[in-house]
Amino acid sequence: MALILLAFLVGPIIMIVIVSFWGATEYSIYPAFQFDNYEFLFGSSVTYTVFFNTFKYAAITWALTLTIGFTVAYFLAFEVRTLKWQIALFLICTIPFWTSNIIRMISWIPFLGRNGLANTTLISWGVIDEPLEWLLFSDFSVILAFVHLYTLFMVVPIFNSMMRIDRSLIEAARDGGASGWQTLRHVIIPLCKPGIMIGTIFVTTLVMGDFITVRFMSGSQRANVGRLISNDISLLQYPSASATAVILLATVLIVIGLLLRLVDIRKEL
Amino acid sequence: MTTIPKVRYSRRTLLKSGAAALAATALPAPMVMGQESKNITLRQFGTGVSNLNEVATKVKEDLGITLEMTALDTDSVTQRAATQPDSFDIADIEYFVAKKVWPSGNLQAMDASKIANYDKIVGIFRNGKLTPESTIAQGTAPHTVGFVEGPGGTSFVDNESGWMTLIPTIYNADTLGIRPDLIGRPIESWTELLNPEFAGKASILDISSIGIMDMAMVCEAMGEIAYGDKGNMTREEIDKTIAIFTEAKKNGQFRAFWKSFSESVELMASGEVVIQSMWSPAITAVRSQGIPCVYQPLKEGYRSWGGGIGLSASLSGMELDAAYEYINWYLSGWVGGFLMRQGYYSAVPETSKEFMSENEWGYWFEGKESTGDITSPFGDKLAGSGEVRDGGSFYDRMGAVACWNSVMDENQYMVRKWNEFIAA
Repeated sequence: MALILLAFLVGPIIMIVIVSFWGATEYSIYPAFQFDNYEFLFGSSVTYTVFFNTFKYAAITWALTLTIGFTVAYFLAFEVRTLKWQIALFLICTIPFWTSNIIRMISWIPFLGRNGLANTTLISWGVIDEPLEWLLFSDFSVILAFVHLYTLFMVVPIFNSMMRIDRSLIEAARDGGASGWQTLRHVIIPLCKPGIMIGTIFVTTLVMGDFITVRFMSGSQRANVGRLISNDISLLQYPSASATAVILLATVLIVIGLLLRLVDIRKEL
Repeated sequence: MTTIPKVRYSRRTLLKSGAAALAATALPAPMVMGQESKNITLRQFGTGVSNLNEVATKVKEDLGITLEMTALDTDSVTQRAATQPDSFDIADIEYFVAKKVWPSGNLQAMDASKIANYDKIVGIFRNGKLTPESTIAQGTAPHTVGFVEGPGGTSFVDNESGWMTLIPTIYNADTLGIRPDLIGRPIESWTELLNPEFAGKASILDISSIGIMDMAMVCEAMGEIAYGDKGNMTREEIDKTIAIFTEAKKNGQFRAFWKSFSESVELMASGEVVIQSMWSPAITAVRSQGIPCVYQPLKEGYRSWGGGIGLSASLSGMELDAAYEYINWYLSGWVGGFLMRQGYYSAVPETSKEFMSENEWGYWFEGKESTGDITSPFGDKLAGSGEVRDGGSFYDRMGAVACWNSVMDENQYMVRKWNEFIAA
């Protein structure tokens, strides 16, 4: 196990760190120890905008997936009575995952387009007169796709946590005179924390590391860190891509570190 | 995204068929004694435009050579040619890519004396002149990177030295594509791309090396910038160009940027965009859906590009002979006809003529009114009787080239500014 981790995780990361100090020409990279890549990275205002965008996408997506994911999980765990139906409904949630996530993402494009289904429907209902331009190729469409793609990653761990909650605790709360809201606030949510935390880690790392969703759903008009890296790679600027990757990795690790300080997953599990 | 019939440019399907080809070669094929080339497999990669399965099928039929095709996007092509020399035998790349890749030493020079139709290759690829009176356009004109001093040569020479870097295969003159039905008035200049009339309905391609040229065509036409050489801008020129487009982007001029062929087709066909940078077969693909789309000739001229095939430095012996055989076959007409019927030009047009009907030759090459339906090699109807090709004849179009796709000395700087533009 340790060997596998060393060979396929630690090794490549060390390599990326090393390459991030190298230099590059048009068509080749050469070993060196220089800070040029980092200097350029920190010196460019684009870096800050792009990192800000990445956090923005992560934060909004997190809030929405958490709300939706928690609601769905709550329904499955507490509203659906029989185990058979719980399993059946849970499986239904996974149906969209039978297709590739690129396909699920791209299918939004004709739907949201200027002459797409969404706009024509709204116009025929008389809700709007002109097609809404911001439906597609905007921050809205990017976040919509993210939420669509990643909500299940919230549902699963939260549902799992909820199923472990001893039902007698909820009865006890009710017997003690707690309202439904108070039970949720003081019993269920605290006991779901590990699930929420695991879901949060999934969603934030997925969104922060993504590049293809942002590219397609924004019509290449927005950028996040992943796109910066992929642009560099396509232009053979591996050292500069590595430097960006190292900074992104560090940022994500800091975020996860902070999250783990809030909840001790090891203990809670 | 599946509404484009018969267009074989999706990377996924090409990879898939590549895998199928791979599987096919793994099975032992019946061998014919005395024809060693029957058993030879050449691995070729390039962009979707010329990496066509039909070519692989036909070359197998005619020469017995198995051609394994891999289609990649423009950037990945450069990447592979520069970094993975052992992964290919034949590189199908653009001339401006050659400028970038040649110094890596991954390709070998070709002996022009082994190319049967060398003398018939269009002047653009030899001395740079389409006709003796032509002037040479700005940018990386193919002939400037077409020759090296000898076998193993590392620097380009400005004469026909007899040692070629690439054998030209396919080229065209690019301009803006428009939806005449949604615009409803004549479009004559590159400046229209930034016309506020088309706010939120314009697009440009997100491939920096090509996009910057389209930008330059626009800025120059607007009279905002007078370039020394659009194909080799100074930092100041790059800054100014990007600034003009960044402002337009912030004002909502662009609906989207596209990177792949199929994206450009979708944008145009769905009406998201009415004016954009486009490639010729994309126009064809939109039209074959029954949607009007014009490859609009503009008064400032075209941005042109040319591709060619180069040989991997590691090719030798029988494989090298087979590669020459393949190249000679490539220039002998069938492929040329196949490409020209899609709207590209062949390096040796006169050999292609034999593989086209009189009507096709008249329409595609001579710019004449068609006398009957014009169909693509895939069977789609592209034009009816009495129609004329957008831009006219070969000499009208290739004679009006304002600039060639290129790699600038300040390329790295340009790429960084391009990234800023995309992120802005």
